[in-house]
Amino acid sequence: MIRILSLLVGAFFTVVLGYSFVRGAYTAATEPAALTAEKVFYKKPEPLHLPSDGMFGKFDRQQLQRGFQVYQEVCAACHSLKHVAFRDLAALGYNEAEIKAIAGKATVSAKDPLTGEVKDRPGTAADKFPPVVYAGLGVPPDLSLITKARPNGAAYVHSLLIGYQAQPAELLKQFPDAKTGDGLHYNPYFKNLNLAMAPPLTGEGQVTYSDGTKATVDQMSTDVTAFLVWTAEPTLEHRRQTGFWWIGFLIFATVLGYMSYRNIWAEKKGH
Amino acid sequence: MSYPWANEYKPSHPAMVWLDERLPLPRLIYGAVGGGYEVPRNLNYFWNFGFLAGLCLMIQIVTGVVLAMHYAPNTLVAFDSTEHIMRDVNWGWLMRYAHANGASAFFVVVYIHIFRGFYFGSYKAPREMIWLLGVVIFLLMMATAFMGYVLPWGQMSFWGAQVITGLFGAIPLVGEPIQHWLLGGFAPDNAALNRFFSLHFLLPFVILGVVILHIWALHIPGSSNPTGVEVKSESDTVPFHPYYTAKDGWTVGLFMVIYSTVVFFAPNMLGHPDNYIPANPMSTPALIVPEWYFWPFYAILRAFTFDFFFIPAKLMGVLAMFAAILIWFLLPWLDRSPVRSANYRPLYRKFFYALVVAMVVLFWCGGAHAEEPYIMLSQLATLYYFAHFLIIVPIVSSIERPDPLPYSITESVLGPPTALESAAKA
Repeated sequence: MIRILSLLVGAFFTVVLGYSFVRGAYTAATEPAALTAEKVFYKKPEPLHLPSDGMFGKFDRQQLQRGFQVYQEVCAACHSLKHVAFRDLAALGYNEAEIKAIAGKATVSAKDPLTGEVKDRPGTAADKFPPVVYAGLGVPPDLSLITKARPNGAAYVHSLLIGYQAQPAELLKQFPDAKTGDGLHYNPYFKNLNLAMAPPLTGEGQVTYSDGTKATVDQMSTDVTAFLVWTAEPTLEHRRQTGFWWIGFLIFATVLGYMSYRNIWAEKKGH
Repeated sequence: MSYPWANEYKPSHPAMVWLDERLPLPRLIYGAVGGGYEVPRNLNYFWNFGFLAGLCLMIQIVTGVVLAMHYAPNTLVAFDSTEHIMRDVNWGWLMRYAHANGASAFFVVVYIHIFRGFYFGSYKAPREMIWLLGVVIFLLMMATAFMGYVLPWGQMSFWGAQVITGLFGAIPLVGEPIQHWLLGGFAPDNAALNRFFSLHFLLPFVILGVVILHIWALHIPGSSNPTGVEVKSESDTVPFHPYYTAKDGWTVGLFMVIYSTVVFFAPNMLGHPDNYIPANPMSTPALIVPEWYFWPFYAILRAFTFDFFFIPAKLMGVLAMFAAILIWFLLPWLDRSPVRSANYRPLYRKFFYALVVAMVVLFWCGGAHAEEPYIMLSQLATLYYFAHFLIIVPIVSSIERPDPLPYSITESVLGPPTALESAAKA
C-alpha cells in the first residue's frame, strides 16, 4: 500500500516537474533573456592587495592612520562609524592624549544627568563615533562594517571610490533609457551603475598626509579602504594569531591521537 | 545491544561500588560508549560522523549559551549587540564565529551521516527507529538553524524570516492567519525576534533529548557495518573503548583542524555579506537566499514554476519542499531489499550516485539567482530526487540481483578461512 501510494505521488511530482521543465526550456529557447545596461556595463571590483590580506597579513598602522585621516576629512561629513569607539583608535597607534584630542573634536549629544536635558558635549575616549544625519538625504550607510557587508568588500570600496566616470556613449546608444538621472553619478562598480554619492575623492592632494606619502586618488582610496577593513573587524590580527597557536596545538594532538589509534588497533587489523 | 561476550562493568574503587548500587550512571556510560559496548570491527570512517555530530551539538550549545549572555533579542539593539559581542566582549568574536561556522560544520557532518545511511542501508530493519529519530533530529536542526540565522537581525535575517514564514502563507484559506500567528504580527518584528530567540535557545536541548533516544535505539540492535551482515560471533566485534574511542578521538582532531581553519582564517566564507547590513523592511535585497545548508530544499521550492490545474505553483513548491524531507520517514518501507549495504547492490549503487549528483546540482542551484539555466537544472534534479525515493528505490529493491555477501564480518576483514583453519575447527 505504502509503495503504491509512493509510486503515485512520485509519478505526480515527476509529471509536474517534467511539464515545468519543458515549458521553461521552450521559453528559454524561444525568448532570450532581455539584456539590461546593468548586465552589460557592470564591472566586478578590481583586485586590491592590502597588507592585512592573507593568513599572515598584518595591518600597516601608518596606513591605517592615513586612512583614518581620509575618513575624518572626506567621508565623515556624511558617513558615521557607529560601531567604533574613540578608545579603539589606540590600536592604530595613537596615544591617550591624541585619542582624547580626536574625541574632543567630535560632538556627542547626551542626556545631562542633573537636568535631564539632551545636550551636546565634546566626545570622550569612551564614546562611539556619533551618528551623522545628512540633511535632506536621510542617513547614508554607516561605514563600520562596509567591507564585510559587500561581496569582496575591500576591493569593492576601493574600486567604487576610484571608479567614477562619465557615462559611456556606447551605453546610451545601446540603452537610450538608461541615462544617469539628475543627482546621480555613473559608476560601473555600483550594482545598478548609478549612485547618489558624488565622487568623494576628486583630486591629488585633497588630503595632506603628515608622513609625506603622496596623496593620489588611488593612494587615498587604498588607505581609507585599509582603515575600513580594520573598522569592520578590529580583532582580525588577534583572531589569526590565536588561530596559529590553536591549530598548531590541534595538529600536534591529532598526530598523537592517530599514533595511539594505530597502536591500539595494531593486533586487530587484517593480515 | 549487549552481546553475551560484552564486558561487564566491574567497579573496583569502593566509592564507585557504592555509587553503582545506588545510581548506576557509570554502568550506563560504560555500556553505552565504554568497554561494555561491542561494535563491529569493520566500521569504516563514514561511521565516525555520528560521534562528530554529537561533538558539533556540544560546541553549539556551549558557544550558544555564552552568546546568549551578551545578545539582546530586541529589534532596536539586536544587530548592535551582535557587533558588541564581536568587538567588546572578551573572546566574543571567537564565540560568534565558532557558533556561526559550527552550524555549518554540524550540517556538513550530518549530511555525510545521512548519506552514509542511504548508501549502507542503515535505515533497514531492525534499525528503523534509529532512522526515524534521525530524521526528527534533522528537522529540529533545520528549525533551530533557521531561527538562529534571524537573531543577528541583518538584512538576510529579516528577509529570510519573511520568506520562510511566507511559505506557510501559501496554504489555502488558513495560510495567512498561520503566518501572522507564527510571526506575532504582519511582518517579522520584535515579537518574531523574541520568540525565535526563545525557541532557538530551547530547541537544541530538545535535539539533545532526541539524540539520546537516537543512541538508545541504536543500542538495541547494535551498530550496523559496511557489509550489512549482522554480528555472528565474538570475533566480529571489538569493545567501543578503547577501539572506537581511539578512532573517533583522532578524527575529532582532524575535524577540529578543518573547522578551526574556517573559524580563524575564513569565518565569513559561508555567510552572506548582506547580513552585515542591519535589517531594513523598506529595502529588499537583490537576492534572498538562506544559509547554504538549506539550498537543496530552497532549489526544490523554486523548481515549481507553473500552476498545475487548481494547485498554485507556490503551494506545490512548499509541499514539495516539506515532502522532500518527510519522504525519508518512509524509506525503511520503500526499500524492500534485504541486502543493506550498497557494496553488494550494483544497481542501487548507481542510483545512489545519481542521487548524490542531483543533490550537488540542487545545492548549486539553490544558492543562485532564480533565472535560467538554474531553474531548469533544479527542475531536472528535483525530478530525479523524487523519482529516486518514490519510484526507483521501490522498484530497484524488488528487481535487483545483489552480489554474494561475505559469510561474516570477520571473514570480510580477514578473508575466508584457509583450509588449515577449517580443518583445525572441524
